[in-house]
Amino acid sequence: MLGDYSIGDLASILVMQGFAGLILFSVYLLMALGLAIIFGQMGVINMAHGEFMILGAYMTYFCSHLFETYLPGLYGGYFFVAMVVAFIVSGTAGLLVEWLLIRHLYSRPLDTLLATWGLSLIMQQAFRSGFGAREVGVELPPWMMGSLHASSTIEVQINGLFVMGLTLLITAAVALMLYRSRWGLQVRAVMANRTMSGAVGIDTRRIDRLTFGLGCGIAGIAGSAFTMIGSTGPTAGQLYIVDTFLVVVFGGAQSLLGTIASALTISQSQSTLEFFLTGSMAKVLTLLIVIGVLMLRPQGLFALKVRR
Amino acid sequence: MSSRKWTTDLRNPTRRELLAGAAALSATAMLSPQALAQQFPTAKVNTTGLAVTDSEVTVGILHSVTGTMAISETGSVEAEKLAIEQINSQGGVLGRKIKFIQEDGASDWPTFAEKAKKLLVNDKCASVMGCWTSASRKAVLPVFEQYNGMLYYPTFYEGLEQSKNVIYTGQEATQQILAGLNWVQKEKGAKTFYLLGSDYIWPRTSNKIARKHIENVLKLKVLGEEYFPLGNTQFNSVINKMKLAKPDVIYAIIVGGSNVAFYKQLKAAGIDLTKQTLMTISVTEDEIDGIGGENIVGAYACMKYFESLDNPNNKAFVPAFHKMWGEKTVIGDVTQAAYLGPWLWKLTAEKAGSFDIDKIAAASPGVEFTGAPEGYVRIHENHHLWSKTRVGRARTDGQYDLVYETAELMEPDPFPKGYQ
Repeated sequence: MLGDYSIGDLASILVMQGFAGLILFSVYLLMALGLAIIFGQMGVINMAHGEFMILGAYMTYFCSHLFETYLPGLYGGYFFVAMVVAFIVSGTAGLLVEWLLIRHLYSRPLDTLLATWGLSLIMQQAFRSGFGAREVGVELPPWMMGSLHASSTIEVQINGLFVMGLTLLITAAVALMLYRSRWGLQVRAVMANRTMSGAVGIDTRRIDRLTFGLGCGIAGIAGSAFTMIGSTGPTAGQLYIVDTFLVVVFGGAQSLLGTIASALTISQSQSTLEFFLTGSMAKVLTLLIVIGVLMLRPQGLFALKVRR
Repeated sequence: MSSRKWTTDLRNPTRRELLAGAAALSATAMLSPQALAQQFPTAKVNTTGLAVTDSEVTVGILHSVTGTMAISETGSVEAEKLAIEQINSQGGVLGRKIKFIQEDGASDWPTFAEKAKKLLVNDKCASVMGCWTSASRKAVLPVFEQYNGMLYYPTFYEGLEQSKNVIYTGQEATQQILAGLNWVQKEKGAKTFYLLGSDYIWPRTSNKIARKHIENVLKLKVLGEEYFPLGNTQFNSVINKMKLAKPDVIYAIIVGGSNVAFYKQLKAAGIDLTKQTLMTISVTEDEIDGIGGENIVGAYACMKYFESLDNPNNKAFVPAFHKMWGEKTVIGDVTQAAYLGPWLWKLTAEKAGSFDIDKIAAASPGVEFTGAPEGYVRIHENHHLWSKTRVGRARTDGQYDLVYETAELMEPDPFPKGYQ
């Protein structure tokens, strides 16, 4: 397939393909981050993660309409406000869910799986009743659309850059909080040994609630950002959930570095394979690679050494 | 498929049936509902124990109003309810008002089969308007054949099916595809194509037909053919591949949430659809609502109906639909096809002078609906519709501008020779 192209053509495709891989990496990382925090810290598998993302997406939709109607002059900047709103709403919803549902089920991981799955169905139907069964189109401010022409053949997508920047920012913030703050210290302590942390006076319940809220809030931001590249509908969250789990499990549940490495591996293999094979085959091969690695390393790429 | 046998019987309705049909048609025009109902006594029009009384006839509506497919099927439910209301306000069918029982298939194929059985066995529905995906239709087909029901199926689909118990009111694949490809060759001078699709039966079968037509009939070239898992949200790699291959036409049959991702990413990658020709058979006005008109402006869609069609039937239909379901709802191809279901059934019952399923099935071929929003349609011996194929170009406001329509009605050919 490479026969009749000039070196220049190939080089620019290589650059754009590398960029496509980076965008995919950012997307995977952003969607997995919230889940990774929750899963790693509390061992809760949040099946409603996708729905928290879509809650954020709907908030973006809501904000875009609000700005269009009341503040048309500031429309270009609505997206930033929307992301903050998405974080607050999804995060608050997360806190509420933790308080109502999750905290009663901490010692029963399989039950949390079922409960959060039920929660995802409830949220889907709530979206359907509230916003209608049809997908909604979220309009973007004009400056976020289109691409930058780096050269005559290389085009860099603005929304891709935006997602990359956002992912970088949020990952850095999470890393900073986990490794440089008091809360992070407590989280890591609880992760390492829950009973002992309780014994030395860490309020594990409070840490759990904050963590769950933060994870859901990040999911909200991710959902808000994905209105740029994907669809917003009651069941759109389901589109992301499988990939999200893949990244988290592959990376090793309790490590931020693992999540990053895993998102990088999966996205690069996916986008490279997709270029040389077809979309469906790329997915099959990527999954095979993941299965193969997990058979050799059941704990994922990077696992924290924890005394059980 | 057992369906081939009976087609020969259907081609030759007996003279008695034709006369009965003619009598029914003229009777409809003259009499009040009550008088009409007396002229067609229940014992006569219903010899098989369907839910028909002297004043009412029961039909079923079977779509997903919950689950993933609710996005698509909501429009169909709305259209069917509108048609039923309009028919009732004009006196009903054979003097009887239509009462409907709605069941939710919940985007789950076994549920569709269960509910179909309930509608036929418990509720004795005289006909059922329903299903959207091919998977749901395949799930209910044995039920309709076993319990002898009548299904009016609205979606454009891959063909390769024909049943006495189903009337297909959407287009089968060749009707939808061939005319569009011919047009794009002639008008756009297209020589090379890149085929894309979601990975399931409809896009695969449709692209197979498209490829055969492109290579064997038009003698042009297919540069690539690719499928993506349903729900795929990342298309950057294939977009790069297409940039390298530089096809004259991108032929896209991507469905559902993937659609939104695909068009947003095309636009972000700097592929301007007002310059790059893209033809799709899977994006109706309903889908554009989610995609956003600014992301798909310039793309060509090939199907049989657009909300913007300029004809008297459509000018009455669109406002009536908006009045019932709100100004903001859009009407896509399938929604219009769903609207045809109750009307075709009414016309067929009046032609047959009966609600009996066997008589409806036998009377269906040749039934014409001159009030169809898409123009004129007629039922073929194979229970699909003769209809025109149209090409529309997407505008930023989410509507299509009609740029081409076939001069003649396209013949439905669910088992196309040379395309399988």
